[in-house]
Amino acid sequence: MDIHVVGPEASAEERDAVDRLLGPPASGWDGGVRDSVRDGRASRGGRPAAAALRHLLLPAFHVVQDRVGWVSRGALNYICQRLVVPPAEAWGVLTFYHLFATEPRARTVAHVCDDIACRTQGGEALCRALEAAIGPPGELSALAGGAWQRSPCLGQCDRAPAVMVVAAGDPLVRTVVAPVSQAAEIVAAMAAPAARGVRESLAELRDGVPQAGQPGLKLLRRVGVVDPTSLDAYRASGGYQALGRAIEVGPAGIIAEVTTAALLGRGGAAFPTATKWAAVAAEPALPHYVVCNADESEPGTFKDRVLMTGDPFAIVEAMTICGIATGSERGFLYVRGEYPDAEQRVAQAVTQARAAGLLGANVAGSGHRFDLEVRRGAGAYICGEETALFNSLEGKRGEPRSKPPFPSHVGVFGQPTVVNNVETLANVLDILVEGGAAWARTGTATSTGTRLFCVSGQVTTPGLYELPFGCTLGELLTLAGGVAGARPLQAILLGGAAGMFVGPESLDLRLTFEDARAASLTLGSGVVMVFDDTADLPDVLGRIAAFFEEESCGQCVPCRVGTVRQRELLDQVRAAGGTMTPERLHLLSELGQAMRDASICGLGQTASSAIESAVQRLHVFRTEARS
Amino acid sequence: MGGGTSSYREIEETDCILLWGSNARETHPIFFHHLLKGVKRGARLFTIDPRRTSSAQWADVWAGLDVGTDIALAHSMAREIIVSGLAHREFIAHATTDFDDYQASVLPWTLERGEIATGVPAGVIREMAHAFATAPRAMICWTLGITEHHNAVDNVLALINLALLTGHVGRWGSGINPLRGQNNVQGGGDMGALPDRLPGFQHVENDEVRATFDRVWGVRVPPQKGLHLTGMFDAMEHGTLKALYVIGENPAQSEADQQRSVALLRSLDVLVVQDVMHTATVDLADVALPAAAGAFESDGTFTSSERRVQRVRRAKAPPGECRDDLAIIFDMARHMGVEWGAPDAERVWNELRAVSPVHAGMSYARLAAEGGLQWPCYDESHPGEAFLHGRLWERPVGGPRAPFSVVAHELPVEALDDEYPLRLTTGRRLAEYNTGVQTAGYASPVRRGETIDVSPEDAARLGLHEGQAVRVRSRRGAVVAPVHIDHALRPGLAFMTLHFPDEVATNHLTIDASDPKSGTAEFKAAAICLEAVEG
Repeated sequence: MDIHVVGPEASAEERDAVDRLLGPPASGWDGGVRDSVRDGRASRGGRPAAAALRHLLLPAFHVVQDRVGWVSRGALNYICQRLVVPPAEAWGVLTFYHLFATEPRARTVAHVCDDIACRTQGGEALCRALEAAIGPPGELSALAGGAWQRSPCLGQCDRAPAVMVVAAGDPLVRTVVAPVSQAAEIVAAMAAPAARGVRESLAELRDGVPQAGQPGLKLLRRVGVVDPTSLDAYRASGGYQALGRAIEVGPAGIIAEVTTAALLGRGGAAFPTATKWAAVAAEPALPHYVVCNADESEPGTFKDRVLMTGDPFAIVEAMTICGIATGSERGFLYVRGEYPDAEQRVAQAVTQARAAGLLGANVAGSGHRFDLEVRRGAGAYICGEETALFNSLEGKRGEPRSKPPFPSHVGVFGQPTVVNNVETLANVLDILVEGGAAWARTGTATSTGTRLFCVSGQVTTPGLYELPFGCTLGELLTLAGGVAGARPLQAILLGGAAGMFVGPESLDLRLTFEDARAASLTLGSGVVMVFDDTADLPDVLGRIAAFFEEESCGQCVPCRVGTVRQRELLDQVRAAGGTMTPERLHLLSELGQAMRDASICGLGQTASSAIESAVQRLHVFRTEARS
Repeated sequence: MGGGTSSYREIEETDCILLWGSNARETHPIFFHHLLKGVKRGARLFTIDPRRTSSAQWADVWAGLDVGTDIALAHSMAREIIVSGLAHREFIAHATTDFDDYQASVLPWTLERGEIATGVPAGVIREMAHAFATAPRAMICWTLGITEHHNAVDNVLALINLALLTGHVGRWGSGINPLRGQNNVQGGGDMGALPDRLPGFQHVENDEVRATFDRVWGVRVPPQKGLHLTGMFDAMEHGTLKALYVIGENPAQSEADQQRSVALLRSLDVLVVQDVMHTATVDLADVALPAAAGAFESDGTFTSSERRVQRVRRAKAPPGECRDDLAIIFDMARHMGVEWGAPDAERVWNELRAVSPVHAGMSYARLAAEGGLQWPCYDESHPGEAFLHGRLWERPVGGPRAPFSVVAHELPVEALDDEYPLRLTTGRRLAEYNTGVQTAGYASPVRRGETIDVSPEDAARLGLHEGQAVRVRSRRGAVVAPVHIDHALRPGLAFMTLHFPDEVATNHLTIDASDPKSGTAEFKAAAICLEAVEG
């Protein structure tokens, strides 16, 4: 409120993009053409309107950038008028997200991943080749018809190195090229992005899921086998049986089955899913919401992408069941902005499900109301943190909130909210069809069911693997064909940038929540990134440190300052030829301790864990005796 | 009693707010924070103002009426409430009088007639009427948009009628509240700085009341009411008022038709001005008495718009020859032959408690211990009252019943014509206070000086651009000011402030037509034209 719009005005193209999202403006007061008779006598809006519209801020930024490639001051002004948001506040939101450009730039931009998995596959060399071919990052290349820039992990680690090409316009074209072997492929994709046609075909999906089609798979049963664009194919392969069962047993029955199954969250925190559901179901405050956290941004993680592109109806069905169980009538699936294919697949599935009466006012004739909306993130790792994700959905900067209150009590829009990871939700289908007790017979007593592992790096057959809890790290590595080229194993990164490095001595580790915990490790989001003896681990650590520095939201001091100091320290050590003095070692562990103890959210709390584990377990740097 | 009926807390907990003739966002920013808490809690906010002010940005609905048509709008809402069966019949029968006359006076005001008279669409009037009448709790708050008119008192009565009609008075969260312009305007009135009242709002023409004062003060209080400000200027003009003692006012710049007021001030035999600042009125004074600042250089009390009396303490000594107001007045008395002893704020306060029943229970000790008290507070065990007129809901009614008042819609005194086709209304901005005596000395990042604000349509029609200097002419005078194009204005409406009298003497333009009941001048409605300035 207190909107002081000054300066530039939106172009016709920008206005059109916003109007297509919001409908035409109702009066001169919300950005339309001023009619001095009508607008001189009354206006409507105020805080109720502002509160009701605010959540559309990110979608509005997206439609403008999708159309013209960046968000101008004029477009910002128009969006602020339409949504009743003060421009200064909207600017704070706009500049929070890496994918939004606030200065003019080329309509076509190639986002080239230089993150840890792509580094092991020549990502850096690709960047150098691209620079030689079309110039430095950010510069418009006539040859390519666009510009390129570096990007953090694009979640295509099984196909590294990866590039995402975004060509603004009407229609917008977003395409992923992975793996890329030469710069010329990127240049061609930039010059003619639409020419790349359908992505994530069954064949392509099978490439990413080496076990595809094998018996015994649960979560990956349909991926690469069943047409992900067809509701009929989904139903023919057992889809929507779980929903039928859910309607039969009702909310309490669903929660009872999930409780019996002892399903633990797969997003990283391993929290009991049924506990969340029961808490939300019991909340008297209405409405309740379901949020599916598909902001899969942990470097090295790509499991949710595969599920969404390969079996999108399963996510829609699982969210519907969750809605019924928790008394929620509305759901949001928040998918990261770097997943164009997954977003499009899920959106398509939602449309089909709605048309078939499987979403809407009367889900499958059950009398339950549930519908869901797909929302796109805009390049912010922190939005994978559930409360930051809520803020982002609400049209705010994606800064985490203090907990308590917990989401089940005060979640998105201040209402009771159940928030689950994609993989977690996908498990619910088999739990209902098989029954919780039968389902829980897979895995171990405390780690029930199967787990998806994102295997990448210097491994013979990277991809997404599904194994019952309890197999060992070595067995998983063997299943993936071992270290590429049969070279000696140097290290494995478990759980992503927020996880930990282990050495070859850990191959006997049983992959369960309890074994990981006992070894002071974490399975995190299921990342298993393999480094052979040639890998430059100091370089990888430098990239991880830079990642956290870039992704810290800056809200709390320990993380904002700590991630910078940590990166500086690693720079110093590397500049000193990899020599870690006792003073630096001490400082590194103190930084880690401060961030663990005092950060608001998991980002700061885990920003040092991979680096410290590499230093302490693997002795990546030479330590120098105190002189 | 002259005071807002409600506490600030109540506006945070009400369900519907009519902010009428008030840009509280800029002119009462602290009060507006209380109001916004209510809005955030879910209260519906309606702003009624010719301009779409920054307050209106926060409103569910803004109704842009023509200047001076408030009574027409109130009547039209009242009729809609009555014919829709939304009047609070039980309250009306129990606690009010004269409803039938009132009903007869508003029944001709159909929504259509209301729209024609005010310019506000009938649907908007209807929506406001229904929202106000059906809200469990509702408040009307107003400022100078209601009172700076030649029929100010009638405007206020029309709003009070709406509150009586719906039973929105005398209950927690329901009330009628004029917002005060200074921290202690309420206190000034409470202390009897009104022409017809003694301290505690007691009528000077009531013999019983005067007898109490005569006894406590040991002198005979004159039995007639005095003059209000506008009356004083008329008396100067007639030669019957020859000496003036001004305390903390700047009438040389704050009064309508400034050229006339300055000439009259110059014509006085003696003008004594007592002020914290060197004002334009000080320049005209025969004797100037530099005073200490009330906020921190003297002891005493302030009384806020919610009738809360709070202690204020001297934090530093005044500079130079400045002296405490009390000390100056005590000396003045001594020179007139009366010895009051040492000036002491608490002693003066305790004397007030002896003569003003509503303040009787407020000892300095209690004011300090309880963080201020809201009058009425009749004795030391009385907690003070959060809202007034709760008696109207007692069975039987405590005291007299509240009368409806029949008031008629009247347009501003100065009509528009071909020569002066634009309606000038005046007001205030966030960074400034009145004639700038207390604010001009401080830097402000949002200060942009005086401008003549016009609608984009008028600017286009007259070929004016932002910043261009124009001559603004009324029947009384002309000033030159730069143009500011403001979308908050509709065609035909112009706006100025009176914050920068030394650069742009807006009050050369305003009309001194005033309300005979309150003495307030019609600052809100003058007729002007704009002329190009050569060069």
